Amino acid sequence: MPPQTEILMELHDLTIHELHDRLKRKEVSSVEATRALLARIEAVDPKVNAYITVTPEEALAAAQDADRRIAAGDIAPLTGIPIGLKDIFVTKGIRTTCASRILGNFVPPYDGTAVARLKEAGAVIVGKLNQDEFAMGSSGESSAFGPTRNPWNLECIPGGSSSGSAAAIAARTATATLGTDTGGSIRQPASHCGCVGLRPTYGRVSRYGVIAYASSLDQVGPLTRDVTDCALMLQAVAGHDPLDSTSVDLPVPDYTKALTGDVKGLRLGLPKEYYIAGLDPDVKMALDEAIETYRGLGVEFIDISLPHTDYAVATYYLVATAEASSNLARYEGVRFGHRAEGAASLIDMFRKTRAEGFGAEVKRRIMLGTYALSSGYYDAYYLKAQKVRTLIMQDFLKAFETVDAILTPVAPTPAFRIGEKTRDPLQMYLSDIFTIPVNLAGTCAVSVPAGMSGNGLPIGLQLIGRPFGEETILRAAHAFEQATAWHQRKAQI
Amino acid sequence: MRFQPVIGLEVHVQLKTDTKIFCGCSTKFGAAPNSQTCPVCLGMPGALPVLNKKVVEFAIRAGLATNCRIAPRSVFARKNYFYPDLPKGYQISQFELPICQNGHLDIEVTDLNSISSGCQGGKEEATRAYSDVRRGADDEVNAGRRLKANSVKRIGITRIHMEEDAGKLVHSDIPGLGSGSGVDLNRACTPLLEIVSEPDIRSADEAVAYLRKLHQIVVYLGICDGNMEEGSFRCDANVSVMPVGSTTFGTRTETKNVNSFRFVKQAIEYEIERQIELIGEGGKVVQETRLFDPGTGETRSMRGKEEAHDYRYFPDPDLVPLVISNDWVADVALSLPELPEARRSRYRSELGLSDYDAEVLTATREMAEYFEACIALGAPAKGAANWVMGEVTRTLNEAGKGIAECPVTPERLTALLQLIEKGTISGKIAKTVFDEMWSSDKAPEAIVEEKGLVQVSDTGEIERIIDEIMAANMGQVEEFRGGKEKVFGFFVGQVMRASKGKANPAVVNELLMKKLKGA
Amino acid sequence: MKITKAEVDAVALLARLELTPEETETFTGQMDAILAYVEKLNELDTSGIVPTSHAVPVENAFRDDEVRPSIGVENALANAPDRVEGFFRVPKVIE
Ligand SMILES: [Mg+2]
Ligand SMILES: [Zn+2]
Repeated sequence: MPPQTEILMELHDLTIHELHDRLKRKEVSSVEATRALLARIEAVDPKVNAYITVTPEEALAAAQDADRRIAAGDIAPLTGIPIGLKDIFVTKGIRTTCASRILGNFVPPYDGTAVARLKEAGAVIVGKLNQDEFAMGSSGESSAFGPTRNPWNLECIPGGSSSGSAAAIAARTATATLGTDTGGSIRQPASHCGCVGLRPTYGRVSRYGVIAYASSLDQVGPLTRDVTDCALMLQAVAGHDPLDSTSVDLPVPDYTKALTGDVKGLRLGLPKEYYIAGLDPDVKMALDEAIETYRGLGVEFIDISLPHTDYAVATYYLVATAEASSNLARYEGVRFGHRAEGAASLIDMFRKTRAEGFGAEVKRRIMLGTYALSSGYYDAYYLKAQKVRTLIMQDFLKAFETVDAILTPVAPTPAFRIGEKTRDPLQMYLSDIFTIPVNLAGTCAVSVPAGMSGNGLPIGLQLIGRPFGEETILRAAHAFEQATAWHQRKAQI
Repeated sequence: MRFQPVIGLEVHVQLKTDTKIFCGCSTKFGAAPNSQTCPVCLGMPGALPVLNKKVVEFAIRAGLATNCRIAPRSVFARKNYFYPDLPKGYQISQFELPICQNGHLDIEVTDLNSISSGCQGGKEEATRAYSDVRRGADDEVNAGRRLKANSVKRIGITRIHMEEDAGKLVHSDIPGLGSGSGVDLNRACTPLLEIVSEPDIRSADEAVAYLRKLHQIVVYLGICDGNMEEGSFRCDANVSVMPVGSTTFGTRTETKNVNSFRFVKQAIEYEIERQIELIGEGGKVVQETRLFDPGTGETRSMRGKEEAHDYRYFPDPDLVPLVISNDWVADVALSLPELPEARRSRYRSELGLSDYDAEVLTATREMAEYFEACIALGAPAKGAANWVMGEVTRTLNEAGKGIAECPVTPERLTALLQLIEKGTISGKIAKTVFDEMWSSDKAPEAIVEEKGLVQVSDTGEIERIIDEIMAANMGQVEEFRGGKEKVFGFFVGQVMRASKGKANPAVVNELLMKKLKGA
Repeated sequence: MKITKAEVDAVALLARLELTPEETETFTGQMDAILAYVEKLNELDTSGIVPTSHAVPVENAFRDDEVRPSIGVENALANAPDRVEGFFRVPKVIE
């Protein structure tokens, strides 16, 4: 191999902070790093299908800008770093599909807040990542652009809905990515792909410019190679946004400062409802080992109860689908996106457009949500679910009276095979059992690599924090990462 | 059988804010199609609404002025339905927890109203009789808004809520439109208040009285431009009929978007008659939405509704609850202008004006404020009232101007009134001075001075004129002395003419009478 | 059965989805299973529980009444499937 290629092969493996150090020392330019990533995408993405749209021209132009900034001594942690975005983020002048046919060739006239903040920080956007259609799914299989494959085993799902965001980290086709998490859509694919994934507290990151699935549950967060990167990404996008009424006006702490490595005396809760009989033995083993590791670091474990855990999936599939049925009403072929040909009337046009544009999972959820809100069923389904949501929230608040964070599995099993659960939606929904309660409670949680299954698939652990307690869970995740080597493993692809 | 109509009104008031309710786009009327739009009001993927604070303030104003309770906590909800002028597929409105509830307005009604809601046969006759009264009243008052106030009736206001307007559909006059419709979203997301009355209204005339009053209030409050042609104030009428004496309401119909007082009256009267006839023929009223056709004065069923509506309201997760403190309400209350009703009673009790004068002067906030500015500057109440209602209004009407653009300021008018009061000029001369002020921007004193218009009250001077005129008209003097007192007027006229209108009429009267009687 | 095919068709109309007979069939079965599953919420007594519609206790988010530039007609219409003279065009709306 010529030496040039060798350098490129290394660049795509770097974390944000590693690449940042080299950029700062001017050992490498952002253009070189971006070229390396683009080459890597070209080489491996046909196998993984993590990208829907790659934007080499825009990326190289941004990289040149970043290099100019760096030359002028103006370098922020993300300046010149190649980053991929879930295709749920609207991007000015770049086709945005949300992995749905119904958006057609929609080219947004604006950037969302998180994207604008990344650009402001000097990040280089390399492309738009595959996902479940409208973020509805746990496997990445509902994309109109074909399923994303797990770089650790191409026959397996990468998890979802931020499937491309996780797979691109594992395949090393992006230095870091941004995803969204409505019911586990960052943490579950992060766990399945062996990367770090953070779902911040609801309101911590603006949702402006994020295509809505379930507005009261959606939250933006990073997927990265390690916890330090995760903190850096969160730092760049967090904070109040006057364009999102639900974003919270609280100061943003310095998240990297929280990564002290010191977790002595930290109290971690173990909720009995999460350590259930059906738990996969490999997952169980990874958790047991993690607990031992933490004990060695001076962490104190406390048995706790989150009594309404068993009702979370049912609650979620009523609340999320109800909101989705309304959020997705705007896709009817009038102002943008796909429009069916040859409709006889307006109502016909609406119905045909939506029938052609939406995939089966999206239709199913629109149907369920429409039903849950409809006259005569509202109280029994939607309102009931909202009340149970209150109980689930209270479970967590009560638990946080005695613990600093909660340690749980992310998913009951490692990644399953493509096609394994597509026939039975309910079984698919139940695979989100450990991540969904966090969304209903509106709090934060992080997934960190914590083991490998017998057949070579990554397993993550979940640390759940109190609302706006990102610093605590990042500190705990970072300490674990320092004590173990799971995050250094690479998928061979 | 005699029938009793039952009417409830839903009024949509477009608020006079600079920007839309959930985005910063301008609300200016008449812009090029889709030129006042952004991702939010276009319902683009990813866009989120942020509430315009002014809209809340305006809603509180409306609530206070209609005696509502302002909710300490209210919530926005989504009303879900598909229509091409509704970009998001839902309208952001309020449902379970609106900002204002439990208010009322008092309207003045004539006794004829109770007749007009009587039996089928008598109805038309009663209506005709009633409109004759109305016409008389209309002649009496230019504003055309006065009823013969026989009694006061309270109309309950169920609720007032905030919501966004939809866009506009255009079906013709677009080159190349073909068989389609055009969608213009400039109006989408414009702030509206929906004011919902209780079904307390019993006739078309009560409905109109209620609407006029509500219209006057929202314009007074400065929250709505009141322009009905542009749709700033539009009304949906819920109408049903029930046998007199019944306590169970009949099935109602909803006639949508009627945008003039006259049309509201026509639409309701048509609907009452139609329903009574239908029931009389053994038919049944169907609960439905109807459309008023201003061309025929009739309502017709809106067909093409392929399903019953199920709006699936639920709290909008994109907007946070609205919490209004007592302090905020108190601040808004302090900023409220005095409303017409309070003004009228103050004009009567403090200024000693008649009901009629008080009503005319408070017809618009601008006129009342002009009038009050004069009073504050020391103008006599009755004189100011007569001048504002008379000369000022007449001249403004001729010029096609509103009182806000009146070239004669309250200061100038007051100065003029004071010249009359002091006897410096006569009322007649004052009109000349007023006309001069209108076009010249000069103070009345300067005009009087310049043109030598000072009134002659000097008895010697006037006596001299009277003597001359009596000498020249001895025949008429004899007539007067012979008992024909009518010729007195002739002499007054002659004296005034000889003095070029400057003689003080009171002095002229007194001296003439003395001299003619030969004293 | 929690839901019938006829109900599924009515919901599809409300949601403006045109379903094939096969889809109606499939969705009826799947929705029935999901609705049966969510029945478990009825095990909980929620009387007196305040429903949660927002994940964080934020209230009163406002903007000032200040005009911000619009995006312009061309940007507004750029993605329209059909347009005419500054308008979005749709099949004739009958009122
Ligand atoms: Mg309304
Ligand atoms: Zn706008």
